[in-house]
Amino acid sequence: MGEMNKQQPPKWINKILDWYCKEEYVGEIYGDLMELYDRWLEEGKFKANAKYVLNAILFMRLYNSRFNSGQNSNKIDMFKNYFKIGYRNLLRNKVYSAINISGLTVGMAITMFIGLWIKAELSYNTSHDNYDRIAQVIQHKTYNGDIRTNEAVPFPIGDELETKYGDYFKHVVMTGWTYDHILSHQNLRIIKKGNYMDVQAPDLLSLEMIKGTRAGLIDPHSILISESTAQSLFGDSDAMGQVMEVDNELTVKVTGIYKDLPSNSSFSDLHFIVPWDLYVSSYAWVTSAKERQAWDENSYQLFVQISDLATMADVSERIKNVKYDRLEENQKYSKPEMFLHPMSDWHLRSNWENGVKTGGLIQYVWLFGIIGIFVLTLACVNFMNLSTARSEKRAKEVGIRKSFGTLKRQLVQQFLCESLLVVFLAFLLAICLVAFITPYVGTMIGYEMDLPLNDLYFWLISIVFISITGFLAGSYPALYLSSLKPIKALKGTFKVGKTAVVFRRALVVFQFSVSVLLIIGTIVVLEQIQYTKDRPLGYNKDGVITIELSTSDFEGKYNLLRNELISSGGIVDMTESSSPMTQVENTNGGFSWQGKDPGFKPSFSIIYVTHDYGNTVNWELAKGRDFSRDISTDSTAYILNEAAVKYMGMENPVGQNMKWGRNDHKIIGVVKNMLMESPSKPVRPTIYIIDYIHNTNYITLKLNPDQSVRTSLGQVESVLNDIAPKVPFNPIFVDQEYSKKFEAEERVASLAGIFSILAIFISCLGLFGLASFVAEQRRKEIGIRKVLGATLLNLWKMLTSEFVVLVILSCLIASPIAYYALSSWLDNYEYHISISWWFFVVATISALAITLFTVSFHSIRAAKMNPAKSLRTE
Amino acid sequence: MKRVTIGEFEELCLLMVGVLYEDAYGVSVKDEIKNRTGRDVTISSIHSTLVRLEKKGLLKSYMGGANEIRGGRAKRIFEMTATGKQAINEARDLRNQLYTDIPKLVWEK
Repeated sequence: MGEMNKQQPPKWINKILDWYCKEEYVGEIYGDLMELYDRWLEEGKFKANAKYVLNAILFMRLYNSRFNSGQNSNKIDMFKNYFKIGYRNLLRNKVYSAINISGLTVGMAITMFIGLWIKAELSYNTSHDNYDRIAQVIQHKTYNGDIRTNEAVPFPIGDELETKYGDYFKHVVMTGWTYDHILSHQNLRIIKKGNYMDVQAPDLLSLEMIKGTRAGLIDPHSILISESTAQSLFGDSDAMGQVMEVDNELTVKVTGIYKDLPSNSSFSDLHFIVPWDLYVSSYAWVTSAKERQAWDENSYQLFVQISDLATMADVSERIKNVKYDRLEENQKYSKPEMFLHPMSDWHLRSNWENGVKTGGLIQYVWLFGIIGIFVLTLACVNFMNLSTARSEKRAKEVGIRKSFGTLKRQLVQQFLCESLLVVFLAFLLAICLVAFITPYVGTMIGYEMDLPLNDLYFWLISIVFISITGFLAGSYPALYLSSLKPIKALKGTFKVGKTAVVFRRALVVFQFSVSVLLIIGTIVVLEQIQYTKDRPLGYNKDGVITIELSTSDFEGKYNLLRNELISSGGIVDMTESSSPMTQVENTNGGFSWQGKDPGFKPSFSIIYVTHDYGNTVNWELAKGRDFSRDISTDSTAYILNEAAVKYMGMENPVGQNMKWGRNDHKIIGVVKNMLMESPSKPVRPTIYIIDYIHNTNYITLKLNPDQSVRTSLGQVESVLNDIAPKVPFNPIFVDQEYSKKFEAEERVASLAGIFSILAIFISCLGLFGLASFVAEQRRKEIGIRKVLGATLLNLWKMLTSEFVVLVILSCLIASPIAYYALSSWLDNYEYHISISWWFFVVATISALAITLFTVSFHSIRAAKMNPAKSLRTE
Repeated sequence: MKRVTIGEFEELCLLMVGVLYEDAYGVSVKDEIKNRTGRDVTISSIHSTLVRLEKKGLLKSYMGGANEIRGGRAKRIFEMTATGKQAINEARDLRNQLYTDIPKLVWEK
């Protein structure tokens, strides 16, 4: 509390006070506020600041305003009058007011949402103190002229950077990959994601330690755990100093507990950290990578924090060849180039195409930002349209005000005040709307969002937002109405001018162009998703589960496990493989075959499998045969997929030999392509190889289809528990994993769908108001036409044709824009639909149908009116 | 001269200025009201009321008493004018008169 005296209230509010208050009072007001501020500080700085600002604002009353000279100010009264007249007008025309306010409410709510979402996306990872100095070291590699970008780096690179380039880095942290591990303490076992990291990791990540210090990883048999891990493993007892096990193999002592990283951090799933040195000494393949100084094996990750004076670009340039220089001559063909990928780009800009950063999520940030502005503009357009359309009703008022000597400037002020009033009401409703539906939307966009109601900046931005919207909506009506000629207006000969009508039509066309654009966009995104979903899978994912093996408990027990599981009745078959069904984890080069072009450096995806793989996942053999236990040479045989055959350009692959390094391998079969990676990309050339020992990290089971999944899972779990009691059962359903691949696109589709529905809703509100206005204006004309024999159909046609023409025009404008924009979106996907004409037809027809529906309500009502009534008025 | 009327809150402030004697300024009046009546009033309302009373001629003020906590700013210290004293006396007399005029029966019911 000794620092109290240094605390100062926000400066900006003092500046406003200075500007507002009479000089004679300003000093004592500051004094009083400061005295109270000193007391408020006891409740915390944030509260004190908020109270200070609030009380300062309350001081801005008329009596101490420097603009109040003591005499009655006409200005203030005029503003009061403007708001009063505006308020009365709102009440008088309830339908118009409702249309205006609800349209603006929806528009503003959407814009607020998008704003909040963008803020959340942009603040990703910023919870790390050294956000702008952290980077991941990753590499570009060139294969046959194709540059590929990969995060995996070789083992010796960490030491190399530290010893040779140490000046440029504050921290160099080698890590493994964050994935599920088994943590156990006494008899309790849980599965948590975690990683092996160098001792400096807690400093790099600026972990907030609850117990222990950031230096906790120095002891090689230590572990840092997150608060939630501590809670689930140790409950309420003190975790510090407790001994526990990782993957039933490593015995470690808890030397620190850190606060869980927030969900908007790339490390949010890092629930524990084990020292890198322990990893190196405990696992043979890592030890050997260290001993061999294996520069050609990319299996680890490297995170760095650059020193305070260095720049990302400069360091990138310097470390470019760090790996290349250490490779053997025959390994240099892929020309690896190391560089820094800054943390600020991880979340939003992490797509690479041929060595160039092509964006990523940032594109969606832009896209939705633009859509948000458009939707808000649509709502403003409604306001403009209805105000100018109704200007005849206000013309007399303008005439009278003008003849009393009102200046044009004052009229502009008046109408801007009115639009501000409407926008303000809409804003209040929009806040309620947003607060009400945020929780639902949060789940849809995969993000926790909340309304920062106690954030001062939110309110400041809101004020700016209200002013801009009010100005945008009110500027045209204000200028238009204030320029009316008083004589004409008072004589009653005033008619809405031609320019106003043209302008109004242009606005309607704009509204519907945006709506049609969004409709077409939604159709295309949905079609694209369906198209990729319909791709042949090449295997059967139903009832298939995968279990990741992070321990050696199942080693050498393959046959035992398989037999037990099958005889339990829970499964049909079982296999082990090196990649899960929805991913490919190994890619290798160094293959050759007869007839290969010597300059061609092929690389293949490699999947190590057991003999039962084909039967478990039901792959489809195109040529040749499956692996067989009866043929001993099959242990070195290859099965290729069709993509590999095409890649190699082989005519009759079955029976031919391939070489990997010096070893010969016989191709015994070809399977149809199995879609294991991105559904919008072609399947990569893949080789399936038998392996029971080294590389099989996943157990895949085909559950018994004749009984319920729950029964099967129960049987599987009990067998697994018998054979390896120390491993918790954590099955992953392949079909669920697979559908996750569509999440991003489906999110875009649902957002685009919602936006187009709302855009249409807003546009229709405007159209509805406009149609009712036109119908009312032409009441007498309709009456006379009816008397002269016009039918209902005639009148309906007359009243709707104008709008129909406008909507068709909108479709004509929107279609080419949509075609251009969506073609470039689809180009992001290698496997995509082509845009066909019926998308545009469907969009046009639905826009027309909605328009007719909206407009007809008023046209039919007007056309059905008794002419005697409409002609008798006045 | 037009007869000056004062409201309930104005009378309260006026009385407080009297009570506090030479130490009557914004924050002290606020505190005194809080202590004696339990009403928590914002500093800005107090200030505007005091300034209004000064304009009505019931109070006068002078500057004084800067200190560290106030960020070196002076206080505006208020004191009652003769008119002010007269105004609370009148208000008090009126109140006493009305009190004594309440029929005894009212109390006995």
